[in-house]
Amino acid sequence: MSSTALQNLVNQPYRHGFVTDIEADVVPKGLSEDVIRLISHKKNEPQWLLEFRLQSYRHWLMMAEPTWPNVKYPRIDFQDIIYYAAPRPKKKLNSMDEVDPELKRTFEKLGVPLHEQKALAGVAVDVIFDSVSVTTTYKQRLAEVGIIFCSFSEAVRDHADLVRKYLGSVVPNTDNYYAALNSAVFTDGSFCYIPKGVRCPMELSTYFRINTQESGQFERTLIVAEEGSYVSYLEGCTAPKFDTNQLHAAVVELVALDDAQIKYSTVQNWYAGDEQGVGGIYNFVTKRGLCKGVNSKISWTQVETGSAITWKYPSCVLLGDNSTGEFYSVALTNHHQQADTGTKMVHIGRNTRSTIVSKGISAGQSNNSYRGLVKISAKADGARNYSQCDSMLIGDRCGANTFPYIQVQNNSAQVEHEATTSKIGEDQLFYFAQRGVGTEEAVSMIINGFCRDVFTQLPMEFAVEATKLLGLKLEGSVG
Amino acid sequence: MTQKVLLDIRNLTANVAGIEILKGIDLTIGAGEVHAIMGPNGSGKSTLAKVLAGHPSYEVTGGEVLFDGKNLFDLAPEERARAGVFLGFQYPIEVPGVTNSSFLRMAYNTVQGARGKDELDPLEFDDYVQDKLKLLDMDPAFLERSVNEGFSGGEKKRNEILQMAILEPTIAILDETDSGLDIDALRIVANGVNQLRNADNAVLLVTHYQRLLNYIVPDYVHVMDDGRIIKTGGKGLALELESRGYDWVADEYRARHAA
Repeated sequence: MSSTALQNLVNQPYRHGFVTDIEADVVPKGLSEDVIRLISHKKNEPQWLLEFRLQSYRHWLMMAEPTWPNVKYPRIDFQDIIYYAAPRPKKKLNSMDEVDPELKRTFEKLGVPLHEQKALAGVAVDVIFDSVSVTTTYKQRLAEVGIIFCSFSEAVRDHADLVRKYLGSVVPNTDNYYAALNSAVFTDGSFCYIPKGVRCPMELSTYFRINTQESGQFERTLIVAEEGSYVSYLEGCTAPKFDTNQLHAAVVELVALDDAQIKYSTVQNWYAGDEQGVGGIYNFVTKRGLCKGVNSKISWTQVETGSAITWKYPSCVLLGDNSTGEFYSVALTNHHQQADTGTKMVHIGRNTRSTIVSKGISAGQSNNSYRGLVKISAKADGARNYSQCDSMLIGDRCGANTFPYIQVQNNSAQVEHEATTSKIGEDQLFYFAQRGVGTEEAVSMIINGFCRDVFTQLPMEFAVEATKLLGLKLEGSVG
Repeated sequence: MTQKVLLDIRNLTANVAGIEILKGIDLTIGAGEVHAIMGPNGSGKSTLAKVLAGHPSYEVTGGEVLFDGKNLFDLAPEERARAGVFLGFQYPIEVPGVTNSSFLRMAYNTVQGARGKDELDPLEFDDYVQDKLKLLDMDPAFLERSVNEGFSGGEKKRNEILQMAILEPTIAILDETDSGLDIDALRIVANGVNQLRNADNAVLLVTHYQRLLNYIVPDYVHVMDDGRIIKTGGKGLALELESRGYDWVADEYRARHAA
């Protein structure tokens, strides 16, 4: 139970580090109006979308890269990034049998259960492979109840009205530096539409994966839940190992109308860089949900274990009266990883409720910050918020910070904030050891106990995956 | 028939943070025996208990300890536990979010595995643990609470003995298990320990007070002072200490060693 034992535990190599050898259709490095026009053209997009992109790009040019997050990284050269890379489709694919075997093997290595098991488990998977949707399963079964679940490109082609109505309605293309960039150059993503009164019969699941080296990933996700509908959406991410940093700047927009409910769960395991902090993904993501209707509800649950830098604040704008926002988060950082993550709960409607449960775990020399805003605006009578931010430190070279921002403009609001910091200490590990339990199992048990309030919010299969992932990420780190 | 020696401590010395706390301990514990170690605060009683269990803050600087004939210090703390060394903690540690039942089952299965026995699944373990709960007069609802979190002092100590009952150690070192217990709880805990005693195991009690020894009757009482065992006697010695304090033992020891 020496510190070496703990170090060994956290220092497990990344298991998903391999590159799939598939011919990619790559646009040359760099960003300009011409590149944007080329992307739009390659995707056969309508004029209004090209205008949206160009307007976003022109706005982005006038913006400055944000420096307020508690993270450090060399300046990104935006001209040194490939903005479009797609596996060359030989023909249109109708079933899994037609998918490139190389690609299928990649998913097998990652343990993405895309085959019959998944079918039995009742999960439809929209697989994103380097920006272009390769295959979508279960579309038909979903279509029977009127649910649209497809790649963003298909949505632009087949459901242009819906896309045009909601794109940028939650995260405006001028919202922030990376959202503007994404709006200019996004290549693909997922679109989901749940019609009025429909309860989605299965968990919708998307696996994202970055493949071509140095290709920035600019995903776009849009989920619209009509009146009285319900959907649970799962997003899982793993990426192969590269030594150069990769930018990932996604935008996710959720819209919940009257009495609708959206549950959005993420397990993020992008490549985090090596033990010296070389390489890894920069995960600069804007995720926001709009509780537009009365009694609507949006829940974010995230387990963040990867990326060299994570910068994201899945947020809820509680516009409808009696609407509810929830944020449950586990963020784990190890080695030289940096995370500045949290949420924003913006209460606008009356009797709006929000709950924030954040669990930060820091190991190695990593730095983990919770940053959260709770805003109760003047008209939000009877608004309530409860926030709980717990940090756990493993070892003595890591850092944990909490930056809670609370703005209350209405006297009837109730806002509660609780925060704790704890450390996996020698005494705790000795207690386990004295009962025969070794360091690795002990750490895994302590961490899972610490995260229990969040894990119970995850769909069952994700909870199992998350539990395993945390154990894996921490192997060798405690000592 | 010669009695089997379970634990043989020879001239053991140990430091914590560079300060010598144990200054040469000799102690032999045979199967079926109960030993009590008493002594004033700071005499090294708890240090001895932690050194035997392998707490990483304590550095063994000399001497040796044979457990069942093998060098105890060759074993990592978890290996000692699996081999049958149990420490009942003076201050049991809280583990938020981890239920007692999962903690107990993990400990049990780890130790069982090391003994080459079958592990129990959650349902089987539940049957097993229910009997043990009765032994300590504990409410089954306690299994679903987080390990030691929000427990009263008495509940924590009972939980320690429950773990002892579940793991069935060869030698149980109970570090001030009586502190923080009211008289009823003390009786329950003592009764539990007594029921776990048999001809093949042994108990080492570390305590300040004689009252525990009314319920768990020791074969030997040792007085520790300044890192050494300075007197050994039968159970009567504990009563004598209760009425006369510790100073006279130290005085006797000094007189003996001055000569």
